[in-house]
Amino acid sequence: MEIARPSPRTPSPGTPSRPQPPVLPPAALAPRTPLLRRLDALDWLYALALALGAAFALYRYHTAMDVYDDLILVLHVPVLAVIGWHWKPFRAFLAAVALLALASIALYQGDLARAEQTFLLKYLISSQTAIMWMSALIFIATGAYWLGLIGRSDFGERTGSALTWIAATMGTTGLFVRWYESYLLGPEIGHIPISNLYEVFVLFTLMTALLYLYYEGRYATRRMGAFVMIVISTAVAFLLWYTFTREAHEIQPLIPALQSYWMKVHVPTNFIGYGAFAVSAMVGTAYLLAARGIPASRLPALRVLEDVMYKAIAIGFAFFTIATILGALWAAEAWGTYWQWDPKETWALIVWLNYATWLHMRLTKGLRGAVLAWWAVVGLLVTTFAFVGVNMFLTGLHSYGAL
Amino acid sequence: MHSGIARALFELLSSMRFAISLLTILSIASVVGTVVRQNEPFNAYLNQFGPFWFPVFEKLGLYSVYNAGWFLVILAFLVLSTTLCIVRQTAPMLREMRSFRERAREASLRSFAHRAILVPAVPEADTIERARAYLAHAGFASRVADNGEGTLLAARQGSAGRIGYFLAHGAIVLICVGGLLDGNLPLRLQVWLGDKHTTTGNQLIADIPESARLGTGNPSFRGDVFIPEGRTTSFAVLGLADGILLQELPFNVALDKFHIEHYENGMPKRFASDIRVTDRSSGKTTQHTIEVNRPLTVDGITLYQSSFEDGGSRLTIKARSLLPGRPGVLREIEGVVGESLAFADATAGFSYTLEFTDFKAFNVEDMRGSEGGQGDDAPRGMDKLQRHLGSGAKGAEDRDMRNIGPSFTFKLRDPAGQAREFHNYMLPIEQGERWFLYTGLRDAQADAFRYMRIPLDERGSVDSWFAIRDRLLDPAQRDTLVGRFAARSFPAGRGQDAMREALAQSARQTLGLFAEKGYETLGGFIEKSVPEAERGQAADVLVSILQGLAFEAWTLHRETTGEAALELNPARATFLNDTIAAISDSHFYGAPAWLQLDAFEERHATVLQATRSPGMPLVYLGALLLVLGVFAMLYIRERRLFVLVKPNEALVAMSSNRRTLDVDETFRQHVEGLAAVLGAPVPASDSREGA
Repeated sequence: MEIARPSPRTPSPGTPSRPQPPVLPPAALAPRTPLLRRLDALDWLYALALALGAAFALYRYHTAMDVYDDLILVLHVPVLAVIGWHWKPFRAFLAAVALLALASIALYQGDLARAEQTFLLKYLISSQTAIMWMSALIFIATGAYWLGLIGRSDFGERTGSALTWIAATMGTTGLFVRWYESYLLGPEIGHIPISNLYEVFVLFTLMTALLYLYYEGRYATRRMGAFVMIVISTAVAFLLWYTFTREAHEIQPLIPALQSYWMKVHVPTNFIGYGAFAVSAMVGTAYLLAARGIPASRLPALRVLEDVMYKAIAIGFAFFTIATILGALWAAEAWGTYWQWDPKETWALIVWLNYATWLHMRLTKGLRGAVLAWWAVVGLLVTTFAFVGVNMFLTGLHSYGAL
Repeated sequence: MHSGIARALFELLSSMRFAISLLTILSIASVVGTVVRQNEPFNAYLNQFGPFWFPVFEKLGLYSVYNAGWFLVILAFLVLSTTLCIVRQTAPMLREMRSFRERAREASLRSFAHRAILVPAVPEADTIERARAYLAHAGFASRVADNGEGTLLAARQGSAGRIGYFLAHGAIVLICVGGLLDGNLPLRLQVWLGDKHTTTGNQLIADIPESARLGTGNPSFRGDVFIPEGRTTSFAVLGLADGILLQELPFNVALDKFHIEHYENGMPKRFASDIRVTDRSSGKTTQHTIEVNRPLTVDGITLYQSSFEDGGSRLTIKARSLLPGRPGVLREIEGVVGESLAFADATAGFSYTLEFTDFKAFNVEDMRGSEGGQGDDAPRGMDKLQRHLGSGAKGAEDRDMRNIGPSFTFKLRDPAGQAREFHNYMLPIEQGERWFLYTGLRDAQADAFRYMRIPLDERGSVDSWFAIRDRLLDPAQRDTLVGRFAARSFPAGRGQDAMREALAQSARQTLGLFAEKGYETLGGFIEKSVPEAERGQAADVLVSILQGLAFEAWTLHRETTGEAALELNPARATFLNDTIAAISDSHFYGAPAWLQLDAFEERHATVLQATRSPGMPLVYLGALLLVLGVFAMLYIRERRLFVLVKPNEALVAMSSNRRTLDVDETFRQHVEGLAAVLGAPVPASDSREGA
């Protein structure tokens, strides 16, 4: 061909005789603008704050950290930066958590007893109090979402959304402060607060709430909130029962089996999976109701619900795969074999097989609609059994998660 | 004909439906193994399921589901199905990945869900060039072809996602094969094909026959290495359902010391073994410490801290007689945990085997509630909430974790082979300002220990209890005791002879009944001979008679040891009540003596797990591929964009292998982008319904 290839910056003018609609260079409007070019000043400020925070932590505390700690800390900077860049509200959330947690630590002055003496600690940002605030806010947010749904009020839904953000902020702060408090109990007792059923229920609440909030922003609809908040409220109700009747909130030192770096990666990864499966099941419930026309006029379109359900299961499945593999690697180090059909392992496999089948049905068989929604709901039952039921009814090596 | 059947079989085995059915069956089969506890001793199953179902379930392999033949067959079918699926999909998938579909016809493009028609402002040749540049910039690989209807730009993106399919499904095969290598299948094959036979666990290593020994060349095994402190071993014991095999290790392992550390609240903090490993071929010795989560790999064999046991602690024991009429120490015993000795006495007519089963130097228990129940002043309402605000360091305030000292367990086995298990503490335990020595017993392993509490006297000794017990239960001393008791209540020479005699009569009868089965016979007596309305009163009378007799026995004992008589006060009355309760319980103790631990020399044994897992690299590689594959399949989106350029018109159509909502959005962006590049107005595309 004799036509010269247009350079990206200087488009060839086209036929001169024709009236000209604006002709733009191909590069200017390609939809895939690189992420970095879409960033604004706030994004860079956020990334800078992350980098500085990590640098400060490295400089100040590197003597107390091993090479894995250093690595994980450094890796957090790009990961959190990218999450914040893709999902803008996350930046404010993280900033708020950082401020509250640091304020709490400053108020403690290294003395646990101050939790009882300092007003702000006792009633706002000590770990237990922050988690109580999270619990209360989750309940109120659930109410607000439902008022919004039933009363057809955007205000109700906006309130629910804001309260869920604040609840997640308080809960995350609570976990960070709890981490700090555990070290105040004694350097040998200190550990990341994801080591027993109480702590992971807080984690589950946070993960589910954050995943939901992400989809809420992504799909620009708050109408699924009423449903997803049911499962979060249920988790919080269990958490409160567990606190008040079993005193489960007390920080306990780690038994030898849990003293491993793998715990820090295995448990959170798992709960991204559990949280995503919970979201998918509740969106599935909304789908089933909407398909019967119940609050259809107030719910997002069926294809939106279906899409969220798929996205949640996809992300849940991907992370659950990683979590199970991390668990196997840990098991190899702690128990001498990567897989030994312990009830928890077996049920993790069952959960995995269940969602693998779900994905096959959708992606390969092209199945759509109510069957997949029902399946997602049943999937949550299976997941719940793997998460809590195994600890309650079956005995095995995961007994530290016992009720 | 044959090829037809083979073809049909291939179709079936590689079909999606078959794979899904297998996944479902595998899930259900796995559930069975979590409901029935796996690899327990057969006796436990016999108790649980009864003689009818026990053999049925055994045949079905329910006690070891994941090693059962049928389970392995399911796994094998899964591997086969996945492999065939890969085989079947490879050619079409590779074709699909390479193809641009540049022969697509206009009619088929017009039937796409995502399509739009642009009217470019630039000439046709420019349109082609600009569209191509746009596609390249948007990350598409493209081909230009003249399909007779116009110039077709066929572009694709994200075909690498299909590699994800190979990665993920190949990973499943790798993981299953690796897992099979590391399971106990290789071992069972050796037993089945070779001349290896399992043997029983209760014998000396030297006695284990060659047929039950596996050489150092064995490629895959998992077994326990038991080493007492100060000893050396070079074997691992592999447990199979019907016995054990002995695995020889290529090195010797010596345990120098086993460490157990606890947190302040009694939770375990650290288990560690200081070991020395000596390579038998080179003779080189290295020192290591193995901890939970910190294994050691030597010669391709990995050693893990698995558990610990007593490694033969030495116990110095006094057997204090519980035989009426034979007070004192029956025997002094030097015992070793894990060993047994004869415990017999011809005159007393008993003959037991005494087996020392365990010793613990620390016992941390929650002693809450031991001081008379929980208070009723538990906080409520706002107070309760208040208590749960603040730091997570606060817990249950009424918890009382205490180390209650050393304890040991032993079994007394009678000549018929029946054994009763005992659990004795060395040190007294305080309860409500009273001190007791605890001794527990049970008849079956499955039961919990029932405890007898022997009260301590004012000097902190159990001597008084034994003395009082002997005097209360020994028929030979009964008359003396009853006589003194009656005389103390009604002294002679005051004209109360008749009453004294009546009291003595009652006391003798009470004592006779009590000496049979304690409170049980006394209660039975009251129920039989006293009307219901008066039973409470009668019981009070009998109990106060017993207390009086016990006090008399105590006084008598003090006289023989040359001590002054005691005044009865509330504390001593409580002691007497505790004493009588414990004597009553001692009727059911079932041993001729109480073993008092005087001294011990603790010795631990570590249990390490030794494994050689040849399949591990395969499984880990599979795991890595699985993650890459899953992410590639779910998140690399395959898109095919077609631009059919005709004079004054460009038909844009897009297809995707994932029909998600963002396909709509992507298509809209591409149409807008192309329109801008071509100077065409943005059309209302057909596919933007419902957005």
